[in-house]
Amino acid sequence: MKKTLLDKVWEACTVRPLANGQTQIFIGAHLIHEVTSPQAFGMLRDLGLTVLYPDRTFATVDHIVPTTVAPFPDPLAEEMICALRENCAEFGIQFFDTSTGHQGIVHVIGPEEGITQPGITIACGDSHTSTHGAFGAVAFGIGTSQVRDVLATQTIALRKPKVRRVNVEGELAAGVYAKDVILHIIRKLGVNGGIGFAYEYGGSTFDSFNQEERMTVCNMSIEGGARVGYVNPDSTTFNYLRGRPYAPSLQQWDAAVAQWESFSSDLDASYNDTVTFQAEEILPTVTWGIHPGQSISIEERVPTLEELSIRDRAAAREALQHMQLKAGLPIKGTKVDVAFLGSCTNGRLTDLQEVARYLKGHKVKQGVRAIVVPGSQRVAAAAEELGVAEIFREAGFEWRGAGCSMCLAMNPDKLSGSQLCASSSNRNFKGRQGSPNGRTVLMSPLMVAAAAIRGEISDAREIFSVR
Amino acid sequence: MALQKISTVTGRAVSIPSNDVDTDRIIPARFLKCVTFDGLGQYAFYDERFEQDGTEKLHPLNEPQYRNSSILISGSNFGCGSSREHAPQALYRHGFRAILAESYAEIFFGNAIMLGIPCLSLPGEALNILTKLAAKSPPPELIIDVASGSVTAEGQAFYGSLPNYAREALLQGKWDPIVDLLEGISLIRRLAEKVSYFRPENKAVHICNGGNSSYP
Repeated sequence: MKKTLLDKVWEACTVRPLANGQTQIFIGAHLIHEVTSPQAFGMLRDLGLTVLYPDRTFATVDHIVPTTVAPFPDPLAEEMICALRENCAEFGIQFFDTSTGHQGIVHVIGPEEGITQPGITIACGDSHTSTHGAFGAVAFGIGTSQVRDVLATQTIALRKPKVRRVNVEGELAAGVYAKDVILHIIRKLGVNGGIGFAYEYGGSTFDSFNQEERMTVCNMSIEGGARVGYVNPDSTTFNYLRGRPYAPSLQQWDAAVAQWESFSSDLDASYNDTVTFQAEEILPTVTWGIHPGQSISIEERVPTLEELSIRDRAAAREALQHMQLKAGLPIKGTKVDVAFLGSCTNGRLTDLQEVARYLKGHKVKQGVRAIVVPGSQRVAAAAEELGVAEIFREAGFEWRGAGCSMCLAMNPDKLSGSQLCASSSNRNFKGRQGSPNGRTVLMSPLMVAAAAIRGEISDAREIFSVR
Repeated sequence: MALQKISTVTGRAVSIPSNDVDTDRIIPARFLKCVTFDGLGQYAFYDERFEQDGTEKLHPLNEPQYRNSSILISGSNFGCGSSREHAPQALYRHGFRAILAESYAEIFFGNAIMLGIPCLSLPGEALNILTKLAAKSPPPELIIDVASGSVTAEGQAFYGSLPNYAREALLQGKWDPIVDLLEGISLIRRLAEKVSYFRPENKAVHICNGGNSSYP
């Protein structure tokens, strides 16, 4: 007794302790994409090594893939996608290429395909790998050299994190979503609060969340400094996974569920730290600054320097200057040039469905460029089937192909000049969305839709009469 | 593969005195479109150093005084954001051989140590003094001693910390763990047999054959 899920998974995946005090940890499932894998395969070849367990690595293209139908000629992007194709073919790695109908953002397709499962470790060369923790996996981002390590040995050297239990209790008000929950947590605990910790999320709010809501929260754990973020698996988790291609077959199902349940934290588990938030206190939240911790609720004003701690003032000054916002004024009403709905944070079917519920009948404001990028080809197909895609197109959103798109603008979807983007993504760092002077305001999908139809940062609850 | 044992770093320093210096600042995403890490050094802090037409902005890394600096000084949560190894690679290829900061984002720290870059943590006051010293003309040499964590400049000594594993890895020339990891192969194979339900033979459907019906 007294063990957390992290303790149990760590024990189950420990190959051996290493001389320097780290642990050699087995990686249950490994996801790769075109940006952080080419050099890893290069290193593999230089060392004369091969891939130890090709069946445990899955590849997709997401960061640089164009989201328009006709491919934009970018020779560098082309080179990277070709490198991935060749590497996967050479080593026998499953590649969810754009021709398969299963391509998408790596953290959307992993769960979709049933690759993401409870009780295993998952690694990927991308910091938002924490997303998969929503399934009770211990999932973390790794660097390219570590991608090489996983390919060659199916292990990496890692130190065991501490665990902070983050409870959210109560019921979220209408118009308040999982995105608001994680922005609130990061605001309160800080962007560096989670360094050295895994965040275990729980409480009645999480109990009631569906898997996609849990993924939204776990996704942004890293923005709070926590490399790992997870939710204990339950029937919501198991029901999501049933029948998916890489999930256990029906014959093995009951035994698998029993084993998965055994990984959940014990009721008397001990944590290094515990914090509790009340759901009712969380409002629709938007960032005003240049890191995800600089956020306020839509009802608040942009903070004045005097309201902030001395430590935060220099950063706030820089943020206000970049964002062209005035301290002490409401953020509501700020002009929006671009609206981006998508990303590994909020590009899943339920995100799109929730917006479509309210969007019907509304139109994107003239002069605003609004794009919706489904997280995967499967999400896109389901959205078409359900009529959701049509609602977006009718409203004046550009309906795009799957990929990371404007979250980090490695493909042609970029801001220009100092455009301000209402975005459902996860980072508002300077230059993040492809223009050095571009400005990003993070918010929930429904808030992005409200900004798109008003042409300014708005309270979605008012715009859409959300009750 | 014999790695250099890293016990000291000596050189001049330059300071980027902000907290939360993120990986998009260290290397903007558009420079990640590459299949090797070659040539990344010129793009370190690109958007703060250069206008879009390539003209230089006012920035410490552009000042002649700080050219040839091999030690970078910064604030807390250095390297936050992405897991991109391109970030420490760009810094290393730009010429940096050590970083002195208040604290580091975890993934960045791990990536930097794996490249043999000591990343010491020091209190803010010490970093302020070192920043002032680095601005003197001519700029003094800093001597970083990995074993003790000391940073000495102009006869003044400051003490920084490194997690034990990182210190040992640098001192013993084991900062890239691939050799150690490979030594565990037989244990790895044994564990792979037992670990969890995620096993290739348990796949319900093989995607190459067309996949399943819609299921997001």
